[in-house]
Amino acid sequence: MGPQHPATHGVLRLLLELDGEIIVKAVPHMGYLHRGVEKLSETMTYNQALTLTDRLDYTSGLSNNLSYCLAVEKLLDIEIPKRAQYLRVMFAEFQRIAAHLLWIATHALDIGAMTVFFYAFRERETILGILELATGARLTPSFIRIGGLAKDIPDTFEEPAREFVADFPQRVDEYETLLTDNIIWKKRTRNVGALSREDAVNYGVTGPVLRASGVYYDVRKAYPYSSYDEFDFEIPLGENSDVYDRYLVRLREMRQSNRIIKQVLEKLPEGPVRAKALSVVAPDKEDVQSDIAALIRHFKIMAEGFKVPRGEVYASVESPKGELGFYVISDGTNKPFRMRIRPPSFINLGALPKIIEGQMIADAVAAIGSIDIVLGEIDR
Amino acid sequence: MSRADEVVNKLKENFHDGIIKVEEFRGEVSVTVDKNKIRDIMLFLRDTDKLLYDMLTDLCGVDYQCNAGDAARFEIVYLLRSSKFNDRLRIKARVREEEDCQLSTVSDIWRAADWLEREVYDMFGIKFNNHPDLRRILLVDEFVGHPLRKDFPTEGYDFAEPFSVQLEEELNG
Repeated sequence: MGPQHPATHGVLRLLLELDGEIIVKAVPHMGYLHRGVEKLSETMTYNQALTLTDRLDYTSGLSNNLSYCLAVEKLLDIEIPKRAQYLRVMFAEFQRIAAHLLWIATHALDIGAMTVFFYAFRERETILGILELATGARLTPSFIRIGGLAKDIPDTFEEPAREFVADFPQRVDEYETLLTDNIIWKKRTRNVGALSREDAVNYGVTGPVLRASGVYYDVRKAYPYSSYDEFDFEIPLGENSDVYDRYLVRLREMRQSNRIIKQVLEKLPEGPVRAKALSVVAPDKEDVQSDIAALIRHFKIMAEGFKVPRGEVYASVESPKGELGFYVISDGTNKPFRMRIRPPSFINLGALPKIIEGQMIADAVAAIGSIDIVLGEIDR
Repeated sequence: MSRADEVVNKLKENFHDGIIKVEEFRGEVSVTVDKNKIRDIMLFLRDTDKLLYDMLTDLCGVDYQCNAGDAARFEIVYLLRSSKFNDRLRIKARVREEEDCQLSTVSDIWRAADWLEREVYDMFGIKFNNHPDLRRILLVDEFVGHPLRKDFPTEGYDFAEPFSVQLEEELNG
């Protein structure tokens, strides 16, 4: 199966050994999108390496930015202003909804429910528009920077964001009317592609796939970062660990994300969006144009970067796919000595053979879709 | 006594000189262990009542080519997590290049290690003994070298060479 099958949303090749229509053995082959991100980052300064993270899971660039910045900030030991932390949460949650919408659209399309695709892409387009307002980019924003954000959100941001948040729960209801009680959808997804609780933990699976197996683990709750502990939200869990439960978990997660964004918009404090760390954080544009010292600093930070204390840290976020971690080792220079990415899609895909072996070949498509993989992150 | 100290003490009690070094940086504890005891230590960490590190979050390699003298060139880093106690622990094992670059697999302890070890093999050329299926995972089988080693050039060995195209007819004779 593959390398180009619509169900893989990328280039994944599956070697399937069949007995009639039953899958006896499944061997995934990947690497078609390998760009050597971990190697490349060793030749770049910390600020430059940020742009590589956008291109891992390209459906959730901002979550990747956040995870990388958290790791470098931990190395530098700098405190991020509250406003920036809240805005980071908001961006990450918008990104989660967008990524889940892309997932539900394509997953339903794989299984044969075409209508959902148009509904979900309509809302995703709105989110990308909102993100574009603030970041200037739709897929590769590089907007969350080491020490805060690239800049504050514009005044025109709040109105469309509030409108979206007020409107979105009804939109999720619409998807539910199309799928949740749809008899064909249920027949294609219930008791398909189950992964037991023990297996899920043993395979290191994270994210909605793990939670659909009934394990309560979400990095936002377990190791709160960026002030997530100041927001009120729930972690939806599944019971049957099948494709249908993964669908339900993601759907409920979108509602929770919407709740978080609503709280951010209500509680957003005033203040700066960049840390006071002169040697690390680039100065504001206005200062660069009026203050010679700021100009010099700007050139210094952009051209040669900044030195990071010797040491090693691991920081992770709950990306739409699961636990996305960065393990960064610094040797005291301006470039990472080693940047290891803990890719959730890669590790989740590792459980795929376990999930589909013994199942029907037609169910493999549903199972792959339900894991929600992005090959950009698997191959790196 | 913090949980990290407790875990480290337990390890020291049971493995004595198997524990080489304990470091703490920004609140993260790393324990360097003897690579020959890696399986015993990992099984101990997973199955002991008050430890229960049931999840292998990550496994990766690091190349310290810059290490002078008789220090080991490679380090394999295991990041463990306990669901019950919600804490993390980093275990490191040093692997020497001269000793054939190998250590024991943990893929039967955590299935997550299966692909992660294959990736380390692919990128660093470190062999995991008794691994069920040790092949390259991201790069093609014919690839020469191990790109994440520090002495591998970032642009690759064949940067200046044009891509060679081989037609199917030629391949089949």
